[in-house]
Amino acid sequence: MEALPAGPAPAPRNQIVAGATIASVAIFMLTGGMLGVWALERREAIDAGGSWLPSGVVIPEVPSNVMLIAFLGILSFAHWAQWSANRDDRPHTIFALAATAFVGVLVLNAQFYIYSQMDLGVADGRYGSMFYAVTGAFCTLMIVGVVFTLVALFRYLGGRTNEREILAAHTVIWYALGLVYSAIWFVVYVTK
Amino acid sequence: MTTIDSSPEQAAGSSTIERLLATDADWLSSTDSKKTGRLFVGAGLLGLLATVVVNILVSIERLDGADVALDADAWVQLFSAQRFGLIFGSALPIGMGLALAAVPLQVGARSIAFPRLAQMGFFMWFGGFVLACVAIISNGGFGGDPDMVDLFLAAHGLMVLGLVAGAASIVTTVLTTRAPGMTMRRVPFFAFSCFIYGIGLLLTLPVLLGSLVFLFVDHRSGEGLLFADGVSEYAQWAFGQPTSFLYALPVIGLFAEMLPVTFAKRTPFRGLVFGGLTLVGIAALAGATQQTAFEVPWAGSQLYVGDSDDVATKLGDLVPWALFHLLPLLGAGIVLLMALFLAKPEKGAKVNFTAAFPFAVFGFSMVLVGMAGAALLPIVDLGLLGTVFDEAALVYVVYGLVLGAMGAMVYWSPKLWGVEVDLKAVAPLSVLGLIATIAASFPHYIAGFLGQEAGFTYADSDMQIWNVIVLAGHVLMALTVLAFIGLLAKTVFRDDVESLADDPFDAHTIEWATTSPAPADNFVDVPMITSAEPLLDAKEANRVTEGSDS
Repeated sequence: MEALPAGPAPAPRNQIVAGATIASVAIFMLTGGMLGVWALERREAIDAGGSWLPSGVVIPEVPSNVMLIAFLGILSFAHWAQWSANRDDRPHTIFALAATAFVGVLVLNAQFYIYSQMDLGVADGRYGSMFYAVTGAFCTLMIVGVVFTLVALFRYLGGRTNEREILAAHTVIWYALGLVYSAIWFVVYVTK
Repeated sequence: MTTIDSSPEQAAGSSTIERLLATDADWLSSTDSKKTGRLFVGAGLLGLLATVVVNILVSIERLDGADVALDADAWVQLFSAQRFGLIFGSALPIGMGLALAAVPLQVGARSIAFPRLAQMGFFMWFGGFVLACVAIISNGGFGGDPDMVDLFLAAHGLMVLGLVAGAASIVTTVLTTRAPGMTMRRVPFFAFSCFIYGIGLLLTLPVLLGSLVFLFVDHRSGEGLLFADGVSEYAQWAFGQPTSFLYALPVIGLFAEMLPVTFAKRTPFRGLVFGGLTLVGIAALAGATQQTAFEVPWAGSQLYVGDSDDVATKLGDLVPWALFHLLPLLGAGIVLLMALFLAKPEKGAKVNFTAAFPFAVFGFSMVLVGMAGAALLPIVDLGLLGTVFDEAALVYVVYGLVLGAMGAMVYWSPKLWGVEVDLKAVAPLSVLGLIATIAASFPHYIAGFLGQEAGFTYADSDMQIWNVIVLAGHVLMALTVLAFIGLLAKTVFRDDVESLADDPFDAHTIEWATTSPAPADNFVDVPMITSAEPLLDAKEANRVTEGSDS
């Protein structure tokens, strides 16, 4: 064997942040692909002289707008958690993470409220199945985001207060989810 | 991240059954990416065998072009099973397995990034594959029993998620766990090709997942409105060209990796080769941006240039075709040029012919022929669309990938198992694989030009000979895979295993600086990298030192 000189210990390269960024790219492609198909189907329905949104179906706009605003809160709390952790401020970090998870659950609640208020079934034509597919995929991503927040919170509660990289990754993921919801909000709830 | 492994000897009792169970548990619960990668490759080879059986069934049905024994639904199911098996049952897991097994070693990482994610990716893919097979066997291909179709779609989604998890792990490894001093320009070609492969999968597979979610919800809800034409419109791009070029990228990387070792020279124009590998990866964009088929529909007016509208129309047809077909071909051509450059005879130059090289050459050349064929396909004037030509191009790429994968397993067998596979045993097998691939594909190139449609029937009985040869090719490929698995098993499990040198092939990259087989955490000390060929530098420095001493 040719002995190569041993190198110094590799510097930390933000592996979790890199992983979160890569996961965010995958999330963008998933949502972008779904919204692309949505836009094509919508255009085909309109070009055929029909209506994309089934008649009689009304989308509750207030909760969909509130969800968008709630993301501002989520991002603020996620940044707050990161900022506090960098200053070894354990109580504020824990509070900010808990608040992030709480608002995430509120967003999910608003989505289910929309489902309950819309007089639309999953079997109501292409619109129905595609609406539930897009928003259902978003709900799944939100659940993943909330679970990630809870994991970060419990790790912090468990005493891993020096592992701050996970909080940066946590912020990256919530930015990605915020962008994803902004796209869904515009395509599904505003453009209809 | 840490790699947590315990040896089966420590974990088990003394009886044989206990040791076997412990070994199984050790493999199934290991976070050593070399084991996860080999699980992927092994399961992918089994998936390939199952797919070859489907190919043989299709070929038998085609022997008599005038009569079809199967009903129309079974046609659709058989063809969808064929494409699904070639891509998601074979090509993707085999490529993923190679990347997981070799990339951490090549970049000098003590562990892959997110090893548990990679392992979970294997189980998701494998679970999805088993469920998809159950669905297909239970009449669940497209056009079959509705519940089984739902199961198939859900299982396919699970497989896609597993592959995305593996791809994320590979990309993060190359980005964050490289040895000290290893800049991106110093990353070995195979690892770089896997990096591009991983990025391509991350860009394309989530798009497919979104389409599968749409199709599943639509079909499950009982509507099936989207499902009726959505499968071909929104999901078919993942099962054919040019997306399949991306799936074969690790084999092109392997070929580039083996050239400097074989011809015992430093690699010139590394940046150009990186560019070539990236160009092949551009095919990934076809999946993400160009979901519908694109054609060059000039109807005999190629040489005629009309007014500005005509020019604009022709450019509009030509640019996507050139972007998604010719650029990847150019990328592979750059690697081929480097091969010719390195193979140029020089005074005093030696050739270091390893057992893996025939497989790598044959695999790369078959992929290249498949890419060239696929580039001809969209030209409407050639009349190849809707013929068996398309299937032949895909078989070329996938079987080429399989040949290359066998080469990769042989090449890295010292690091993975601590054994060296005999060149005399491998060489005939690689020739058999080459013959199998050509026989399974090339006759359909000819039949495509003669107008044999992609279904089971054909009016002209003269076509039968091409379909007989294709059948023989698929049978030979099954024999090649079985013989390769047997050869590898015989070599790995033989009793008289001698201790192997760490660098039996006089290679250049750092995976050959660790022991054979490599330990669970790859390197005792992570080496310092000062060039793209650190091991070659060390050898040359030693020669200089020995020369001056004597």
